[in-house]
Amino acid sequence: MSSAKNPLKKPVTRRSVLKASAASAAVVSAPMIIPSSAHAYLNEPKGSSVTLGFNVPQSGAYADEGADELRAYELAVEHLNGDGDGGMMNTFSSKELKGNGILGRKVEYVTGDTQTKPDAARASARSMIEKDGAIMITGGSSSGVAVAVQGLCQEAGVIFMAGLTHSNDTTGKDKKANGFRHFFNSYMSGAALAPILADAYGNERRAYHLTADYNWGYTTEEAVRTSTEEMGWETVAAVKTPLSQTDFSSYIAPIQASGADVLVLNHYGANMVNSLTSAVQFGLRNAEANGKNFEIIVPLYSRLMAKGAGENVKGIFGSTNWHWSLQDEGSKAFVKSFGEKYGFPPSQAAHTCYVQALLYADACERAGSHDPCAVGAALEGFEFDGLGNGPTLYRAEDHQCFKDVLVVKGKENPTSEFDLLEIVEVTPAAKVTYDASIFGGELGSCNSG
Amino acid sequence: MLGLSRNDFLMLLFVLVLVAAAPIILNPFPEGSNFAQFNAGYPDLMQRFVIFGIFAIGFNILFGLTGYLSFGHAAFLGAGSYAGVWMLKLLTINVIPAIIISTVVAGIFSLFIGFISLRRSGIYFSILTLAFAQMSFALAASVLTPITGGETGLQTALNDPRVLDGGATGGNIPAPSLFGLEMGHSWKVAVGDWIWTFNVGYYLCAFVLLIVFYIAIRIFRSPFGMMLKAIKSNSQRLSYTGISPRPYTLAAFVISGMYAGLAGGLMVAMDPLAGPERMQWTASGEVVLMSILGGVGTLVGPVLGAGIIKYFENIFSKINDGLLHQWFSFMPDGIENVIVGIIHPFVGKGWHLSLGLMFMLVVIFLPGGLVGGINGLFRRLFRRRSQ
Repeated sequence: MSSAKNPLKKPVTRRSVLKASAASAAVVSAPMIIPSSAHAYLNEPKGSSVTLGFNVPQSGAYADEGADELRAYELAVEHLNGDGDGGMMNTFSSKELKGNGILGRKVEYVTGDTQTKPDAARASARSMIEKDGAIMITGGSSSGVAVAVQGLCQEAGVIFMAGLTHSNDTTGKDKKANGFRHFFNSYMSGAALAPILADAYGNERRAYHLTADYNWGYTTEEAVRTSTEEMGWETVAAVKTPLSQTDFSSYIAPIQASGADVLVLNHYGANMVNSLTSAVQFGLRNAEANGKNFEIIVPLYSRLMAKGAGENVKGIFGSTNWHWSLQDEGSKAFVKSFGEKYGFPPSQAAHTCYVQALLYADACERAGSHDPCAVGAALEGFEFDGLGNGPTLYRAEDHQCFKDVLVVKGKENPTSEFDLLEIVEVTPAAKVTYDASIFGGELGSCNSG
Repeated sequence: MLGLSRNDFLMLLFVLVLVAAAPIILNPFPEGSNFAQFNAGYPDLMQRFVIFGIFAIGFNILFGLTGYLSFGHAAFLGAGSYAGVWMLKLLTINVIPAIIISTVVAGIFSLFIGFISLRRSGIYFSILTLAFAQMSFALAASVLTPITGGETGLQTALNDPRVLDGGATGGNIPAPSLFGLEMGHSWKVAVGDWIWTFNVGYYLCAFVLLIVFYIAIRIFRSPFGMMLKAIKSNSQRLSYTGISPRPYTLAAFVISGMYAGLAGGLMVAMDPLAGPERMQWTASGEVVLMSILGGVGTLVGPVLGAGIIKYFENIFSKINDGLLHQWFSFMPDGIENVIVGIIHPFVGKGWHLSLGLMFMLVVIFLPGGLVGGINGLFRRLFRRRSQ
């Protein structure tokens, strides 16, 4: 810039530049270091809104579950902010939620993609915490992700409300003070299934396990094995299958020659759909072994899996956290408002996520604060009802919910594409409760950043 | 200066200013404005920019100079990460040993893989490295679970020994730190509506980036670098003149493996978790994309490419329909819905699509990558001016 073109017709000197920049800096307002003591805890909401982080798989093997989780969260936010019909807020035993947000603050949310990879899930959760100021992270559809994100939330100092995660480790050896799980776990599946299996198939069975080769597969195999062996079953073999496997024929072929008469598929999602389909194609369901009918068991069932496997699920036993056909007031209210908004019934993943969002909001109200430590204390030992699973306890020792477990069976005559599972038995919570110390691990102390 | 030519020194200076001022440059939109969504100046993403920048610089030493396309570099990133977490668990929560050991471990690992893979060149070399990386991934995800934590990944825990620190303290897992200064610690500075975050971990990464960038410049300009370029242009001719290219390619392979290990070490120093997907082929492919997008064989290109890919992954993937409606709410409802409908497939979970389109455009129209494109633009401008 030459001084001749300067509209002020003044020569630019060092002095004038300094003056001008000092003046403009003063106008922009002096830089101010925000001391960390300005916040009582990390991401303390100051305005009229509070931000929650919904971290769900939007791509990868569990994208279907993730999409359903996100639908549930959007519905929960709607209800918390007083829109819609209020869903399970009306049936919830705690009456703190008024439909005016959380502690009078409007609920806003950010979403992220976990990609069902611990790394990506942590990156997405960190950006929600650091960039968007999320005060709570929730969601996820795999135990690996849940454990990783739970660890991150503990380190960062926000609450983590786990989504669909079934491994014992989430509230077992990897439990954290800032993490809470509503969903049931492998141990409970095993404990609930065993008596039903004994009734249906007798006490002298020889089981063959196919197990997804990762954390959740191991704990599920272990749980089912222990509980079935206690009632007299024998385990012939347990074979690990890679998580990325799509063709299971080479794993199915040796089963008939092994002397087993029950096949346990410790698989979830697409894995289970493929392995079950090829087991049925190999004629296992019509086969006889040791003079008995050959049977197949799927420890963790979901509606989305039943849909994928189609005809093949008929008559196959499994367990589930919740099912839309339950007839209690809470479930009916939830199915109704979910159905009206989206046009189909919710999955168990949607249910647990919706419930977790409500439980978090309620704990904030009861604690009178968003402070993770206060919210955690409000959730610990909290007993509630009306959220679809009957009376439920959030156990203080490991932050695991204890409630009834559903044993289900693939329906023989489905009336619609959603009506695929029928509830065989509701196993009461007392029968699936275990000692909090059996899985090891330590909660540590709560961290509020 | 520093043994660099004037141009190279200016480039180093440019990078220095860029990384030092990144918290300010990357937050151009005031807090609470409609475009604050596009701000990238938060610690996690800035750290990722720099760490993947280091990874890509290292990869470029191999691919850019010798032309050997390794499709398994993520294995070294992963090996470095695991080594780093184990140091944080066993030795001390101070990040220095973790970073050093992860570099060393990745170096040894790459020496082994490079020694075998470099017996072949071209596509066979790529396939060999890919095979090794996938093997590492599969091992880490299942068989080596006691060492790697399997699919869940390896994390620090309350009951880790941490010999130098004297074991567990209090009820919380200590955060990685540099002599007591926590990596997660940030100073927030508010200027008007802008909030800038100056993060300890980020500046540690930035410092390391400057050092390794300097080393990369020296390698590029050294006789050794010249030899690597000779291998790329015609390795047969090099053999005929009596020089065996293998020691040179192996050295380049190990150096770039160590860069990857260093990046892995920094990753766990910022966030103490190592998962097996870090070794998967998609992660290896990502660094190839970064290099090509930014400009293969250029110094700044890979860093630029790394920045763009991480920006897409972290910013575009988080734009949801709610936000789009908010942005276009000033329009009449019908038009708003149409526009949101058009943009929808490109953001949120569709971020891969926008990235893919951009990658195609760059490869087709800017064969030299973005840096090549910028150089071409400058050359054209200056030529016009000199006429």
